[in-house]
Amino acid sequence: MAIPLLIGITFISFLVIHLAPGDPTELIGGDDPVQLQSIEQLRKLYGLDQPMHVQYLGWLKRVAFLDFGRSFQPDGRPVLDKIRERLPVTLLLNLIEMTIILMIAIPIGVRSATHQYSAFDKITTLFVFVGFATPDFWLAVLLQILFGVHLGWLPMSQLRNPMWEYLPFWKQQWDFVSHLVLPIGVATFGGLAGFSRYMRQSMLEVIRQDYIQSARAKGLDERKVIGKHALRNALMPIVTILGLSLPGLIGGSVIVETIFAIPGMGLLMVQSVFARDYPVIMGNLVIVATLTLVANLVADLAYGLVDPRIRVGRRR
Amino acid sequence: MSLRIRGRRAIGVALLAALAGGCAADGDTAERPTVANATPAYGDTYIDSLLGDISSLVPTVTSDGSSHAVGSLIYNGLVRYDRNLAPEGDLAESWSFSPDCRRLTFRLRPGVKWHDGAAFTADDVVFTWQTIVDARVPSPYKADYGDVERVEADGPGVVHVYYRHPYAKALASWGTWMLPRHLLESYVREGRIREAPQNWNAPIGTGPYRFVSRRAGERIVLVANPDYWEGKPNLSRVVYRVIPSQATTFLELKAKGVDSASLTALQYKRQTDYPAFKRAYNKYDYPSNSYTYVGFNLKDPRFADKRVRQAFAYAINKREIIDGVILGMGREATGPYKPGSWAYTDEVKKYPYDLDKARRLLADAGWKDRDADGLLVKDGKPFTFELLTNQGNDERKKIAEIVQSELRELGVGVEIRIIEWAALLKEYIRKRRFEAIVLGWGTGFDPDQYVIWHSSQTGPDQMNHIGYANPEADEMLERGRASCVQSERVRYYRRLQEILAEDEPLVFLYFRDALPVVSSRIYGIEPSPNGITFNFTKWFVPKQLQRYTAG
Repeated sequence: MAIPLLIGITFISFLVIHLAPGDPTELIGGDDPVQLQSIEQLRKLYGLDQPMHVQYLGWLKRVAFLDFGRSFQPDGRPVLDKIRERLPVTLLLNLIEMTIILMIAIPIGVRSATHQYSAFDKITTLFVFVGFATPDFWLAVLLQILFGVHLGWLPMSQLRNPMWEYLPFWKQQWDFVSHLVLPIGVATFGGLAGFSRYMRQSMLEVIRQDYIQSARAKGLDERKVIGKHALRNALMPIVTILGLSLPGLIGGSVIVETIFAIPGMGLLMVQSVFARDYPVIMGNLVIVATLTLVANLVADLAYGLVDPRIRVGRRR
Repeated sequence: MSLRIRGRRAIGVALLAALAGGCAADGDTAERPTVANATPAYGDTYIDSLLGDISSLVPTVTSDGSSHAVGSLIYNGLVRYDRNLAPEGDLAESWSFSPDCRRLTFRLRPGVKWHDGAAFTADDVVFTWQTIVDARVPSPYKADYGDVERVEADGPGVVHVYYRHPYAKALASWGTWMLPRHLLESYVREGRIREAPQNWNAPIGTGPYRFVSRRAGERIVLVANPDYWEGKPNLSRVVYRVIPSQATTFLELKAKGVDSASLTALQYKRQTDYPAFKRAYNKYDYPSNSYTYVGFNLKDPRFADKRVRQAFAYAINKREIIDGVILGMGREATGPYKPGSWAYTDEVKKYPYDLDKARRLLADAGWKDRDADGLLVKDGKPFTFELLTNQGNDERKKIAEIVQSELRELGVGVEIRIIEWAALLKEYIRKRRFEAIVLGWGTGFDPDQYVIWHSSQTGPDQMNHIGYANPEADEMLERGRASCVQSERVRYYRRLQEILAEDEPLVFLYFRDALPVVSSRIYGIEPSPNGITFNFTKWFVPKQLQRYTAG
C-alpha cells in the first residue's frame, strides 16, 4: 500500500515543481549578459529540453535503484551527498530540542493538571502560550542583540568559532555547545506549548478515572499514584504525537537555520526551491514522504502495543 | 526585597539598552598608528562573510558570487584590471594584437608555480580554453569564446589566440581564471569535470592564497601562499563564514565576528553612525557595476513613440529616487556605462526633472485629453500600463512606487505587479509579455553591449527584450566590437551613448554605490574606481593591532 502512495506523492510533487515557472538555467547569470547567452546549451545538458513525462519516468527509474541524481547547481554533486552533509546537524539540533521540550513540558503538564487552576497552572499556561505566539525570527534577533552584541556572552551564528581548528580540544567542545544555546533556546521556547498542553489535558482525564481513585483508596503515596499509575497512561497520546513529529526532525526549521546560519536541511530545501534545483528538491521530498509514511505505520502499530483494546478488537 | 527589585531593574535596563540599539563597550585599547607611520607586517586573520556557500571552486562552472569571492584569491587570469579599470598583466606579462585584431598574443610571466609546485605554462592556458568550450562542461561563460577559432601554445611562455573575426571583449575574456591541466585533464576528457576533487576540497591555483579546509555550509579557510609571484600577501589567513541572513551578518559585524561586510544604504547611513562603530570600522563607497532602469516594451505603439519615453524621462525624478530609495548612495546614470569607466561620457542629452516639458511632449504625441479620472486619453483609450519587477528586491519595488506616483501627476496610470524572479524571466521578459519593467543590467569591464542593444538581438531568448532598434546604434555597436584599438572604440561608444540618451529606450536611473566596511585594524586599503579589493595582497595589520594570532 505504501509504495503506490509514495509514487503518487512523487508524481504530484514532480508535476507541481515543474509547473512552477522558470527552470534552473534561467537563474544563472542574473543580469550578466555573457552568462545569459549560454542558457540554451545548459538546458540541453540537464535534459530540461525533453517533455516532462520523459523526465519523470527517467527520474523514477533511477530512484528505484536509489540513484537520486546530481544537483543542478554548478557544483553538480550527488543529491545524497548533499543531504548526508546536512542531515546530522539538523538531526542533532532537533533531537536535543525535542528532549529538552519533553523534559520541561511533561513536568509542567503534570503539575498543571494535578494543581489545576492554581497560580502555577496559570503562570505556566501564560508562559507557554507567550512562547507559542512569539514569532521565532523576532525573538531570535532580540536574543542575538542582547547576548551576542551587548553582553557578548554567547556566539550568535553558525556552529563553530571561525578559528575553531586552532582551539584546544576542550575549548572546541565548549565552543560547539555555546553555539547551540541560542538556536535551541528559541526553538524550545516556541515548542513548549504543544506538548505541555497535551500532557495537561491527558493527565486531567486520567486522574479522574476510577483506578486512580482506587489507587489512592488503597493508601498509595500520592507521588506514586501520579508518577507511576497516572503518568504511564497519560503518556500514551504523547507517544503518538512524538511518532508523528518524526518527519519534522529531519525537515529542519528554515527560519532558525537562516537566522543562526546553521547549514541544515531546512536551508538546503529552501535554497533548492529558489534555485529550481529539481533533483535536490525531489530527493528531499522522497525522504520526508517515506519517513511520514513510516511514522504513520509506527504510530498505528504503537496504538496496538500500548492499548490492549485495539489488539483485542482486531482479533475478533 | 529591595535587592530583588534592583536585580529586576538591572535586567530591564540591560534589555532596554539592547532594544535601543546602543553600543557595546569597545575593547580595543591598543594605540593606533597613523596611516603614514604604520609598517606592513605579516600575520593576523581576515574574516569575511558570504551570503551563500560556494558552489564549486573550479571556476569555469561557477556563476555565484561566493565562489567568485573565494576563487579570486586562489586563481589568477591572464589579465586583470587595475585601480583605474585599465587592463594590466596578471599571469601574462604582456599582450599584443595583430593589426587586423584577429590574433591576440600573450607572453606569460616566467616562474609562476601552481600551489602544488608544478610550473604554470602555455599548455594550461590552452587547456582552460578547451575546458570552457567543451560541450560537456556546464560553463556559463561559453558565449565569450564563441568567436575563438583556435588557441595555440608557442613554447611554454607564449600563447596565440586566433579569432574568426575581431572580437572586442577578447582581452577582457582572458581575465578568466586559469585551470591546472595536470590535475584536471583526465576529468575533462571523460566529461566528469564536476566530479573532480578540486571542486570542493582541493582547488589548486596560482593565486595569493592556498586552500586549507572547508566545512560545507559553514566556512572556508585559506592561507597565504609564500611563493606568490607578486610576493607573499601580508594577511596570513583568510576565513570566509557562510551567513545566509544579512541581518545576522550585520549583528556579527557589530560584535566583531566578521571583519568586513557589504552594507545596505540604510545600515550605512543610519545604523552605523555611532562612535564605537566608527572606531572599529572604516566605511568605503564606490559605484557598483550595475545600473537600475525603467524599461519599456517598444513593440507597444505607445512606447514606440520617442516623445512618450522622453516625457517619462523628464517626469521621473532621478535625484528623488536616489535619495528616497538608496538614501543618496548612488550616482545618476546617463547611459549604460559606469561613470569613470573609459568609454563613459556625460556629454549627452540629459533629462532634468521638468513636468511641463513632459506634458508638452506627451501633448505632441497626441496625449491631450483627459478622462473623468484625470488620465490622459488618446483614441478613446486612457494611458495606463503595467509596471513589472521582481520579488525580493525592495529597492526596485520602491522605485516602481515612486514612478507610479510621479507618472500619475502627468496623467498616466501605472499598475505595479511584483513577480517571483524565475517566473518573471520566463513568462514575461523572455516572451515579451510586458509593458514596462524595473530591472537592472550589469556592466562588465568592456563596453561592448552588442547583445543588449543591437536590433538583431530581439529574438525570444535574446537580451534586447525591449526590442530596441536604431540603424546608427547598430552601426556603432558593430564597429565598436570589431576593433581592438581603444582610442577608436571610445569614439563609437561615445556616439552610442548620445544616440541612446536621445532615444531613451530605457529611463536610466542610477548606479548604486557598493558600501563595504572593513575593520579599522586593517591598513593599506586604497579606494579606487575599481573598488577596494584590487590590492588585497597589500593589506596588512600592524603588529600591535593583530587580533588572531593562534595557529
